[in-house]
Amino acid sequence: MAGLVPFLAGRMVKAVVILFAIVVLNFLLVHAAPGDPAMVMAGEAGAADAKFVEQLREQFGLNKPLHEQLMTYVGTVAQGDLGFSYRQQRPVWDLIADRLPATLMLTLSAFVVALVGGILLGTLAAINSGKWSDSAITVVALLAYATPIYWVGLMLILLFSVSLGWLPAFGFETVGAGLTGLDRLGDILAHLVLPVFTLGLFYMAVYARMTRASILEVRDMDFVKTARAKGLRESRIVFGHILRNAILPVITVAGVQGGHLIGGSILVETVFAWPGIGRLAFDAVLQRDYQVLLGIFFVSSVMVIVFNILTDLVYTLVDPRIEVAK
Amino acid sequence: MTGTVTPFPAPRRASAPQTEGSAMSPSSVATAVEPLLDVRGLTISLPDGADRPYAVENLTFTLNPNEILCVVGESGSGKSMTAHATMGLLPKPHVKVTGGELLFRGHNVFTMSETEQRALRGGRIAMVFQEPMTALNPLKKVGDQIEESLRVHTSLDKAARAARVVELLTQVGLPNPADLSKSYPFRLSGGQRQRVMIAMALACEPDVLIADEPTTALDVTTQKQILELIRSIQAERHMGVMFITHDFGVVAEIADRVAVMQHGKLVEIGPARQVLNAPTHPYTRHLIASVPHYIEHRADFTKSGDALLEARNVNKVFNVGGGFLRKGRQVVAGDDICLTIHPGETVGLVGESGSGKSTLGRSIVGLMTPNSGQILFKGQNLLGLKRREFRPFRRDIQMVFQDPYASLNPRHKVGDIISQGPVAFGEDKGKALTRARELLQLVGLDGSAADRYPHQFSGGQRQRISIARALAMDPTLLVADEPVSALDVSVQTQVLKLLDDIRHRLNLSMLFITHDLRVAAQVCDTIAVMRRGKIVEIGPSRSVFGDPQHEYTRTLLDAIPGKAWEIPAELLAERAGHSAGGHPS
Repeated sequence: MAGLVPFLAGRMVKAVVILFAIVVLNFLLVHAAPGDPAMVMAGEAGAADAKFVEQLREQFGLNKPLHEQLMTYVGTVAQGDLGFSYRQQRPVWDLIADRLPATLMLTLSAFVVALVGGILLGTLAAINSGKWSDSAITVVALLAYATPIYWVGLMLILLFSVSLGWLPAFGFETVGAGLTGLDRLGDILAHLVLPVFTLGLFYMAVYARMTRASILEVRDMDFVKTARAKGLRESRIVFGHILRNAILPVITVAGVQGGHLIGGSILVETVFAWPGIGRLAFDAVLQRDYQVLLGIFFVSSVMVIVFNILTDLVYTLVDPRIEVAK
Repeated sequence: MTGTVTPFPAPRRASAPQTEGSAMSPSSVATAVEPLLDVRGLTISLPDGADRPYAVENLTFTLNPNEILCVVGESGSGKSMTAHATMGLLPKPHVKVTGGELLFRGHNVFTMSETEQRALRGGRIAMVFQEPMTALNPLKKVGDQIEESLRVHTSLDKAARAARVVELLTQVGLPNPADLSKSYPFRLSGGQRQRVMIAMALACEPDVLIADEPTTALDVTTQKQILELIRSIQAERHMGVMFITHDFGVVAEIADRVAVMQHGKLVEIGPARQVLNAPTHPYTRHLIASVPHYIEHRADFTKSGDALLEARNVNKVFNVGGGFLRKGRQVVAGDDICLTIHPGETVGLVGESGSGKSTLGRSIVGLMTPNSGQILFKGQNLLGLKRREFRPFRRDIQMVFQDPYASLNPRHKVGDIISQGPVAFGEDKGKALTRARELLQLVGLDGSAADRYPHQFSGGQRQRISIARALAMDPTLLVADEPVSALDVSVQTQVLKLLDDIRHRLNLSMLFITHDLRVAAQVCDTIAVMRRGKIVEIGPSRSVFGDPQHEYTRTLLDAIPGKAWEIPAELLAERAGHSAGGHPS
């Protein structure tokens, strides 16, 4: 780990370059779509004439040439300012900061549940490969993999909220209950269960399948034979020798997917009315709220980069052959 | 009978429990000492659909304390299966023991409970595997991997275990054992890893050590060290060692007794000097006759005319582990290499792994670009040619690769594999396929092989296909990179004969890259010895082998296993007889 500081410094430099490219690309892409906020606002205002639209554009700086707008935007982002949403009349950063904790809570829990559950189930399936428990896990994983995520969410709501009444169906917490402290936490956790499970199920299936395949591959390697020739117990062979080697590809994929968690939860947030980033993005698209959309893109990109760096660090911890320094 | 065995050295230990001369059957030995392992009628069945019903059939032998029993046979003879069955390592559930018993000190291992078997495994019976590069867990420190064995089989506490690990690593001759125990396997060389494997096997002072081709993947000088290590440890601890090998040179070096296996059956067993010098079974005789022997070099080659290929001051340096800003370690694979190959000449490039042999071969074929120097083919410098300009030369210089299992595209039919080259150079598809069939016949296969896929052929047959593929381009120079290393010894002889035959028939020049000096002696006119990217000695086979000038050449020659053993003259005559026949694998 000696090379940690230069490693991080190097990655930061790269991250800045990558972020700059992303900001420019996003900006151009967003502006390539037809329509602009002025049109939408004018449309919503009812009887609007061309002059009113023009006035709005002037007010928001939308009448300037594209490259000038781009320069302005990049300049403000570089200063740490993500801009101002004229639609919502609030700074973009405030809007995102409002929603970010809810999304992170949802996606990180789902990520952990998926990873732990997936690896355990995959290991179980691989150990019992060919037996009924393997077939059961494989079939369930395939189903979870193939079923649309919103449908799973709806069915879970039907079962656990509507029929059984065990868990709340939507929202972040019970509105107007006025709970505080631990009660509030419990309330939020209860609201969290179904969306986390819905979102996690898909990824759990992915990790379970990967883990199983990877273990079956590693299981036949020479060093496993060596471990067995030492007279080790089967459990020690599996957890001490096979799993640790088998988990490397899972980490790689999980690292890539971890970065997508912010954007990947739009459907689940919609189904469960979860007040997260995903829905903010969705609304921003409909309203041509460029600034918010670009802000969300920016934050997601930062998350992807952070997760990539984290993955590389975790990788060096698990696999001594990989060295941190580039 | 004893009259013919004079060159064989005296039995290497007087204490070895050999019953001289009369030890034809294992039982006569067994009466003298209680055997450590007593295998009676062992039968291991293969799953349905395998090429034969049994991997091992009705196998009976014993392993005594304080002896090295070499189990010899070609791939698929069931020797490894026997070892794996002893350790309970057969790939369950497809391959299983279906008959016989295996007694360890009088107790049948096969009827023991899993717990009892685990106690034996790594405790009383330990095993060393063939491939040191993959036999260690890449993610665990080597010390921890050795300690694991101690933790399972002994009641030593943590400190005592750590001390024992260091002691073991010292015993197997590793430098800085305390530091080394904290290293990960990837930091160690192949020889060092094999020493770690041996240390691991010895951790609990086993009675029986099973070594499954422990030196096959190692360089010849490393092999020598490991053989010496196993021998000295065996003598010190009076262990019974079951040493599995395919190499009769190694057998001659290390064995007290020899068991020869073929197709899962034991065909001959007896004291080493008897099996080596007066083999009775035809298969043993055939195997021994196939053993390449370095004394046997070819007549001097008279160079005539201009050199076909000349390498001038070729340099190649690899940067390993370097990056964007950081400078990596430099590995010199070519250091001022000069070499000439004349028409019809076979130049052997010998050396240990990492000496840069393959780098030179690949540079000549144009698969790699040296940093500096010239490679002149018929006077034209190949280096510095653009891709398009180099293209015509690809016809002239063809390569045969080492691994016949990996070098043929498994999704293509053999006929397509062979004809692809000519077709790429504008040959009519139909004509190319007809030519492919002719070439298959030339290399000793049936023309109908063209319609089959590579996986339907054995290793030797695949290497014949590889040769046919190279010949399809009508090359004048063939670069053969370890073409027989992956093959069994009897198949090896056939492929070498084929190469020799073709070379004469087509007047080919050849660069023959090999790590095996015995093979080089058989096929090469000129030998170049490489070490760390440098050619340290080059000259006619006769002088390099007969009167080596460089220290390193002498070390290499000295490390050839079983050099004190002369192949019985009658068998050499038998081989000469084989040569006339020339039968395909």
